[in-house]
Amino acid sequence: MKNLHVKLLAFSLIIIGLSLAYYKATILGLPLFPAEKTKVWMVEARLEFKSKGGPAKIQFQIPQVSAGFTAIGEDFISSKYGLSVEEDGTNRIAQWAVRRAQGDQVLYYRVELAPELTAPIQSRGGATPPFPEIPKYPEPMGSVILALLDEVHSKSADVASFSGELLSRLNSSNPDENALVLRKGVEDPEAWVKRVIYILAGARIPARPVYILLLKHRVKHGSLIPWLEVHNGQEWIAFDPKTGERGFPENALIWYAGGQPLVKLEGGESLKIGYSVSSRFQDLVLVAERRARKMNSLIMDFSLFSLPVQMQNVYRVLLMIPIGTFLIVVLRNVIGVKTFGTFMPILIALAFRETELFWGVALFTGIVALGLMLRFYLEYLKLLLVPRLASVLVMVILLMAIISVLTHKIGLERGLSVALFPMVILTMTIERMSLAWEEHGPAEALQQGFGSLMVAVLGYLLITNKLLEHLVFVFPELLLMILAMTLLLGRYTGYRLTELWRFKEFLMKADKG
Amino acid sequence: MIFPWWHLRRLGVLGMNQRNADYILPYNQRRYYPLVDDKRQTKHLALAAGIAVPELYGVIEIIHQIKALNTLLSPYEDFVIKPAHGSGGEGILVITGRYQDRYRKASGIILTEEEIGHHIANILSGMYSLGGLPDTALVEYRVKFNPLFDAVSYLGVPDIRTIVFRGVPTLAMIRLPTRLSDGRANLHQGAIGVGINLVTGHTNSGVWKEQVIEYHPDTGGRIKSLKIPHWDNILELTARCFDLVGLGYIGVDIVLDRDLGPLVLELNARPGLSIQLANKIGLLPRLQRIENFNQIPSSVPDRVALAKELAQVSESLTSGE
Repeated sequence: MKNLHVKLLAFSLIIIGLSLAYYKATILGLPLFPAEKTKVWMVEARLEFKSKGGPAKIQFQIPQVSAGFTAIGEDFISSKYGLSVEEDGTNRIAQWAVRRAQGDQVLYYRVELAPELTAPIQSRGGATPPFPEIPKYPEPMGSVILALLDEVHSKSADVASFSGELLSRLNSSNPDENALVLRKGVEDPEAWVKRVIYILAGARIPARPVYILLLKHRVKHGSLIPWLEVHNGQEWIAFDPKTGERGFPENALIWYAGGQPLVKLEGGESLKIGYSVSSRFQDLVLVAERRARKMNSLIMDFSLFSLPVQMQNVYRVLLMIPIGTFLIVVLRNVIGVKTFGTFMPILIALAFRETELFWGVALFTGIVALGLMLRFYLEYLKLLLVPRLASVLVMVILLMAIISVLTHKIGLERGLSVALFPMVILTMTIERMSLAWEEHGPAEALQQGFGSLMVAVLGYLLITNKLLEHLVFVFPELLLMILAMTLLLGRYTGYRLTELWRFKEFLMKADKG
Repeated sequence: MIFPWWHLRRLGVLGMNQRNADYILPYNQRRYYPLVDDKRQTKHLALAAGIAVPELYGVIEIIHQIKALNTLLSPYEDFVIKPAHGSGGEGILVITGRYQDRYRKASGIILTEEEIGHHIANILSGMYSLGGLPDTALVEYRVKFNPLFDAVSYLGVPDIRTIVFRGVPTLAMIRLPTRLSDGRANLHQGAIGVGINLVTGHTNSGVWKEQVIEYHPDTGGRIKSLKIPHWDNILELTARCFDLVGLGYIGVDIVLDRDLGPLVLELNARPGLSIQLANKIGLLPRLQRIENFNQIPSSVPDRVALAKELAQVSESLTSGE
C-alpha cells in the first residue's frame, strides 16, 4: 500500500491524541468547552476554646473526602500550633498541640470541595465489625425491645430490610405503645441514634453513628447531623435515623463515623465548634486540574498547568500556531493559494491578536502601501540589497512610531498596540511585493499582497477562536492530530484546487470528448 | 462535470503535489541539486562531457569586481548577464548591442554602465537566487537564434524545454518569448508554450496565458507545424543531461544557435507543469511507463528510441480517444 508508513504513523498519532484527550475529558473531568464552571463548596470548621494557661492539645475529627467529593484544597489555620494528621482507616484526625497557650484560642479547619463526577456519596469502608453482645436491657424496656425485634424479624429478609422496617416502626407518625416507650427520654438526634444502635444490638446487628454536614449555601452556624449506619457483613448501609430512608441526603459531607468523640481537648475549656459552608462557581478547568493533582495523575503533573501562569499564557498563543500552519498547508497544497513567504501570513495573524482585526488590517495595508512608496523611491538610489532592506526596515519602524503617536494624540489607544507588529516580516513583504511589482506588474503584486492579507485574516479568525484555544491548551495532545493530518497532507498527491483552473483546457477537451 | 479531478486523472495530468511527492522527492537526490542550481557548475560539467553550452565570458563574484566591468565587457558587442542561482528566468539581462558608451537591452532600452552594475549588485546580494543567498553573476554568449524562429519570436530567444525522466525524454515544448514576457522564455511571465511532437520534431498549436493559439500575438507568425532542426540531436542532448547530473526528473533547456547549433542553456530540478498544457498531453502515463521499467537502457540512442516509442504509443492512445 502506498504511503503505508505515513498512514500508520498518522493513525497512531490520532489514536494517541484522541485517547489521551478522552482520558483527560472523562476521567480527569477536564471540560471540552471553555468557561465551563462548576460549584465548589467551601467548608470551614471553627474551634474556639479558652486556654488554661499551660500546654494545650486538641484532637479533632476531620472529613476523609473519598466519595462524592474531591478536596481540591485543604487548610489548617492554627498559627503557633503544631499540627499532625492521623488516619485510622475509617477516620482522619487532626491533632493540634502547643506548649503554652493563653486566653482565647481559635483554630480553623478549611476544605474546598468539588463534586465528584461519577461517584455517589457512599458509606465508608473499614474493618468488618464484630457482632455486638445483646445488652442487658432494663425492664420493662427489655421485653418491649425483644417483642419489637421479633415482630420486625418476621417481616424482613436481611439486615438492610430489618433495619429499615425497625426504623419506620420506631418513627411512625402514629406510633404503637412499644415505640412510644422506646422513644421516651430521647432529647436530641444524637441520643436517638444511640438509642437505635442500642436496640439493634438486641438483634446482634453492628451499627454506628455517622456525622454528616449538609452542604448548603451560606450556612453560618451549621452543625453535624448524626446519621445511622448498619453493617450487613459486607458493607455499611446508611439510614436516615428519623425516617428510615436508605442512603445519605444530597450534598452530605461525611465528617466522621463511629462512636468516638468529635473532639478531645486537653488544657482548655468552654469549647465551641461551629461550621460554616459557602459555595461559589469556579472554572471547571481549574477545579479539574486541582482534582487531578489530588489524584496524583502523572499526566496532570506534566501538563501545561504545572507551568507558571506567565508561561502558560505564552503557550496559549504558541499552541495555536500549529493550527495556523495547518491552515497554510491546506491553503497551499490543497487549494493552491499563493502567498508572500510560507508562514508570513500566520505571523501577521499573530500580530493581529495584539491589534484586533480591523486595526490590524488597516495598519498592514497602510504600512505596506507607505513602505512600497518609499521602496520605489529607494529604487532610484540604486542601493545594494541588504542596506536597502535595512533602510525599508528603519522606515517601517518610524512609520509605526508616527502612527502610534498620531493615534495616541487623536485618542485612539488601539494604535499603540502596533508595537508588536512583526516589522521584519512587513519589510520582507514590502520587498517581495516591490519585486513582484517590477517583474510581474502591479496587478500580480496586489493580487499576491491581497492574498497574503486574506490568509492572515483567515488565520487570525482561526487562532483567536476561543474554543480552539481552550481545546489545544487543555488537550495539547490534540496537536498530535494536527500533526497527523499535516503528515498525511505531506503525502497528498492529488490536484490543487487552482490546478483545476490551470488545466481547464484539458477539462474542456474531456467535456467535448 | 461533477468531479473535474477524475478527468484530470484520467487524462494523466500531473499536478504540483504529485510532481513533488512522486517524482521530485524520490528521483532527485538533494546532493545533486547544486549541480543544476549553480549554472556555472552545470556549464563546467557539460563542457567536460563535450556538450555544447553558451560560452562563459566572465564571472562576477564580489561587488568590487563591478568597477572593472567595462574591461570585462569591452571585447563583446552583445552578451547576457544572469544569476548563477537564478530560477524561473528572473534576473536575466540581455544586451544586444552598444550605443556610444551605453548598452542596449533586447527591448531597445538603453542602459548606463552604472545601471548594469546595479543589476549585477542585486544579483550578487541574492535578490534572484533561491532562498536569497549571496549569488554570482555570469556573463555569457548571447545566443543568435535560428532564423527559422524569426517569425515566431519577439525580442528574446526561444528555447526548447524537455522533461527528462530517468534519462528518457518524455515531453518537449518550445517556449516563444513575447512582448508581454519581455523577451524571456518563461510561461508564467507571458511566453508562449508550443508542444513538440517528440517523434517528428514538429510543433503543434501553442498556449499563451492559458489559451490555445496558432499565431504569435506580436509577430503574427504561424507557430504550428514548424520543423525543429536537429531534432534527433536535441533529443540525444537532453537524454545525455541525465548522465551529467544524476537527477531522475529534470527539465532541460536547449537553445538553437544560428551558427553553433543546439546549446544546453540550463537544467532545472523542479521543472514546471505547463509543458502538459503546451502539448495538451498529460505527463503521467509516460512517467508511469518509464517508472515501471526495471532497467533503463544505458546508451543514449536507445533511450531516445524508447522516448519515441513511448510518445508514439501515447499519440495513438490520444488520437484513438
